[in-house]
Amino acid sequence: MTARLSAATASAGVSDVLDTTDSVISARGLAVGYGGEVVVRDIDLDVHPGGSLALVGTNGSGKSTLIKTLVGLLPPTAGSVEVLGRAPGGAPSRIAYHSQFHASGYILPIRVVDVVRMARYPALGLVGRMSARDHELVEEGMARMGISHLARSPMRSLSGGQLQRVYLAQVLAREADLIVVDEPTAGIDAGGRELYLDAFAAELQRGSAIVTATHDIAEAVEYDQVLLLARRVVALGSGREVLTPDQLMETFGIVIQDPHEEHAGRFTVAEVAHGGPQTIDTRCCDDEDEVDAADTPSA
Amino acid sequence: MEYLLDPFLNNAFMTRALLAGVLVSIACAVVGTFVVLRGLAFIGDALAHGVLPGIAAAILLGLPGMLGAAVGAIVMIGGVSLVTRRSRLSSDTAIGMLFVAMLALGVVMISASDAFQGDLLAILFGQILGTSWGQVTIMAAATVLVIIVSVLAARPFLLLSFDPEQADVAGFPSRRYHVLMLLLVALTVVVAFQTVGTLLVFGMLLAPAAAGALLAHRIGSMMVIAAVIGSASTYLGLLISYWFDYAAGATIVLVAVTAFFVVLALSNVRDAGRHVATTDASGETLS
Repeated sequence: MTARLSAATASAGVSDVLDTTDSVISARGLAVGYGGEVVVRDIDLDVHPGGSLALVGTNGSGKSTLIKTLVGLLPPTAGSVEVLGRAPGGAPSRIAYHSQFHASGYILPIRVVDVVRMARYPALGLVGRMSARDHELVEEGMARMGISHLARSPMRSLSGGQLQRVYLAQVLAREADLIVVDEPTAGIDAGGRELYLDAFAAELQRGSAIVTATHDIAEAVEYDQVLLLARRVVALGSGREVLTPDQLMETFGIVIQDPHEEHAGRFTVAEVAHGGPQTIDTRCCDDEDEVDAADTPSA
Repeated sequence: MEYLLDPFLNNAFMTRALLAGVLVSIACAVVGTFVVLRGLAFIGDALAHGVLPGIAAAILLGLPGMLGAAVGAIVMIGGVSLVTRRSRLSSDTAIGMLFVAMLALGVVMISASDAFQGDLLAILFGQILGTSWGQVTIMAAATVLVIIVSVLAARPFLLLSFDPEQADVAGFPSRRYHVLMLLLVALTVVVAFQTVGTLLVFGMLLAPAAAGALLAHRIGSMMVIAAVIGSASTYLGLLISYWFDYAAGATIVLVAVTAFFVVLALSNVRDAGRHVATTDASGETLS
């Protein structure tokens, strides 16, 4: 598999010098958590335009907590973080965010195109009219996820895989400088996964940065940077550097390696409560604090 | 034909009642749509009952009931926001407690004064046949206000219904728009209690919008369907109560709720038919 989600230009890892001029995300000593309780501390990150970062860890490892901090839904517990040159949440029209499943998608009487149009709301404000360009972005987003023919379909008539495509089309239609997605391939079909990888590769080419939380080691290895989380920073670096059996062991608790294959992508990661093909039961890394409990939708 | 129109043409109080009912139905359709979509039914119920002590206090002080209801609603919104944020209990429990307390307080206040025992029934079940032109005017103004605010805040309201996190990330603070939505519910309850009463206003808020949710594929059409069902229920309810001498407010709500169950039954039949068709066509059962 070619590394589609890696930037063409080699991206910098964590630099020693604090450089915010060309930074999409810049964090120093960042601690993230809920309601005063720290989940992960001492996070140092730099993500540049066109750069990609994969967050890898189990449910409850702090992936979603970090993601929510980056998009401004949770205040940082300690340390400093700048997103697009501002405090997180300061540039809504430049960030696209998607967090797993919206249960409401099933009951809201809205059509696919209405959901994708929501992507333009931050740029339009309360009453701004959709311009021709806005409509174009909406159409493009749907076309790139292969759901143009579903534009007028009610959301509640769609399958789980189709819903996921709609949410990703919404992300694309924002034309963001930073895309933050939590488990973008959860419940998606194989065709949708290919479209998503191509579309997000194109977003990187356009200069957008991407942060993804994923269980998928084979996908994570394609990113410029991989951050392994287990309620602490296990490792941060390029996929080939950090996706080693030892560190995956530290992250997930149990790892089965195919002895005939050197590729990091061939590691099988065991995980509780994840319905994907990588599932082998282990109970070591689960803790009571299920901050990421909704990681896997019960589609 | 004269049975269907004459009651309204020959009696000014029936004309005003119909107008008031239609206006309330429109406001309830718009606001009730969001109540149904966001699962705010319980908060809406609490608001509808929370206004009771306010109304009682206003009557005791010789002030307009609507004014007291408005104060009661604002106190209730503040209380609901406080308990949902601070309480370690589930918000349902906290809100339930609050609304029982407000309801009981209202009844105690009314019972303490012999002067208006009869008013309790009027407050709880409405006095639509006693609607004045002044009240119709206030209802019209409130309905227009509800529509204007809903149009202006349509985007954040839609985002909020879709996913509150998306609203926040998109730069529309979910808490602010949630409170605005509660204020619209409160405004609607305050002007509607005159027609169907605080106990039944909740039915008008919920039943037509819920029926709309079953039929519509867009939020706008859901509101229109709800307004049509609400208005038709008002007309039919008034007509029935006129000819059979039933309590008007309760009859209107009964018709609206019946309409909901008819729609529910029909849509179940329709969905069952569609499910059979899909299963046959694909040759496999859909989960």
